[in-house]
Amino acid sequence: MSVSEPAISHRAENRVWKKFRYHRSAMLGGILVVFFILIALTAPLLPIPDPAATDWGAVRKAPSAAHWLGTDEIGRDVLSRMIWGAQASLLAGVVSVAIALLLGVPLGIIAGYFGGWSDAAISRCTEALLAAPFLILAIALAAFLGPSLTNAMIAIGISATPIFIRLTRGQVLSVKAEDYVDSARAIGLSTPKILVRYIFPNILPPVLVQATLTIATAIIAEASLSFLGLGQQPPDPSWGSMLNTAKNFLNQAPWMALWPGIAIFLVVLGFNLLGDGLRDALDPREH
Amino acid sequence: MLSFILRRLLIAIPTIILISVFVFALQKLLPGDPVLAMAGEERDPDVLEFLREKYRLNDPVPVQYFTWIGNALRGDLGISLRTNQPVTELIASKLPVTIQLATMAIIFALVIGIPVGIISSVKKGTVTDYVANTVALSGLSIPNFWLGIMLILLFSVRWKLLPASGYVPLSEDPVKSITTMLMPAFVLGTALAATLMRHTRSAMLGVLKSDYVRTARAKGLRERSVVLKHAFRNALTPIVTLTALLFGELIAGAVLTEQIFTIPGFGKLVVDAVFNRDYAVVQGIVLVTAVGFIFMNLIADVLYVLLNPRLRGQ
Repeated sequence: MSVSEPAISHRAENRVWKKFRYHRSAMLGGILVVFFILIALTAPLLPIPDPAATDWGAVRKAPSAAHWLGTDEIGRDVLSRMIWGAQASLLAGVVSVAIALLLGVPLGIIAGYFGGWSDAAISRCTEALLAAPFLILAIALAAFLGPSLTNAMIAIGISATPIFIRLTRGQVLSVKAEDYVDSARAIGLSTPKILVRYIFPNILPPVLVQATLTIATAIIAEASLSFLGLGQQPPDPSWGSMLNTAKNFLNQAPWMALWPGIAIFLVVLGFNLLGDGLRDALDPREH
Repeated sequence: MLSFILRRLLIAIPTIILISVFVFALQKLLPGDPVLAMAGEERDPDVLEFLREKYRLNDPVPVQYFTWIGNALRGDLGISLRTNQPVTELIASKLPVTIQLATMAIIFALVIGIPVGIISSVKKGTVTDYVANTVALSGLSIPNFWLGIMLILLFSVRWKLLPASGYVPLSEDPVKSITTMLMPAFVLGTALAATLMRHTRSAMLGVLKSDYVRTARAKGLRERSVVLKHAFRNALTPIVTLTALLFGELIAGAVLTEQIFTIPGFGKLVVDAVFNRDYAVVQGIVLVTAVGFIFMNLIADVLYVLLNPRLRGQ
């Protein structure tokens, strides 16, 4: 068993990758995501002006050779703020989903694997949290924690946690009924070993798909909180806060509102396409 | 059916109790003294003590919770710090505005999402299907507040066709009320239409493969009749259930939509409350929304059973 198992999983991996590679929209999503990650990572190296540098001689200037995407209400370069803003958006997406995963997956495993009172307690709390709409909960938490990017990420992460608890619990319930888990128990493997070796790897694919799709939701949530003034605080750039300012200058400087919105749309679309593609590639019924 | 509804109501009770505990804990877990926030500039110890006594903040925390939840059950969610109005009254005055917006958004989403989903499933794998899917995914990926800003830019600022903001009650001037709500409802309904389209397509694809659809085709029925009478009627159950469940998303979406279009509804109330640190209002809104969501869940479950003849007798 120990010899054939890696071979099977390697074959499965190849099949998933092959399917994913030929999934055109998933590849497009992947390209979009990689593009924005590269932009966010290389922001300090790019030959762009300081995103906080104001130029009172170039206030609300339309896109030109000097400022490719124009300038804002205090003469800051919109392109530079967009590139630096990508960091805030992607960081918020990834960190909040990481928080949700770190909290949600272990709780889901405990609820699903051990059952009993722990399952009852965790499931009731999950249902209660799921009853509050995601964004309302995130806004309430962000408001109570205080406005900042870190608090926005914590608020989004906590709000997204119940999704992962419920998903993980459901997956664990179906995996723990499999013969190989029974066999592992029969040969005397300890519970932690069964959880790490057999349960966790088998619940991972759907969790991964959900994580990718939740990054998209989290990016929109961060932009929404920043738009409301509960996320990234000025002068640090974020796409949501740029839109918040831009809405006051729609008549005079429409480009201020155009670019951040397109960026949010593209990166969220990227993660959604990637998530959809991963779901198709990992779905055994589609093979 | 009555026993089913009663059973579902009983299941909802512990969830509602837990939500109330979360909502209450939200404020209690915070650092800082709420009395200082209430008193504003006032720092006289006698005044602070008076406020602590008035709001029973000197009581043990469990006693405070039971006082709060007891009052909430009687419809008293406290007093708004900013307007000095009862929170229940505030919520009740804003709710009809948001309900009008949400209803228009749902109508829009149903009118667009369901037909496109049906067409997309019937034409699976064609350019039409591909375009419909791309548009749906784009609808899910567009931040609705940005869509709102862009629509204001085009329809209000540039073409001056629709009002950029405001609210006219339906009872005052129905035509103006609907015209003012058109853009916000479109913005709020976009993501919903996309979700409905994807679910309709997926439900229809499942049904179109079934034996009775094949039989209907074999009988020589017209394709239109097969799709609409035989397939769609059976695919409707999950769609109706989903529409009821989307209530939560609608309320959350309304927060931003109302903010952009300056609509004095439930969503704007929560944002104003957040910025004024009006915790009683925030707590009240989260509680009312969550209870509303549980109620919509119940309706979804009941509809699911009602629409599914196989479950009706169970």
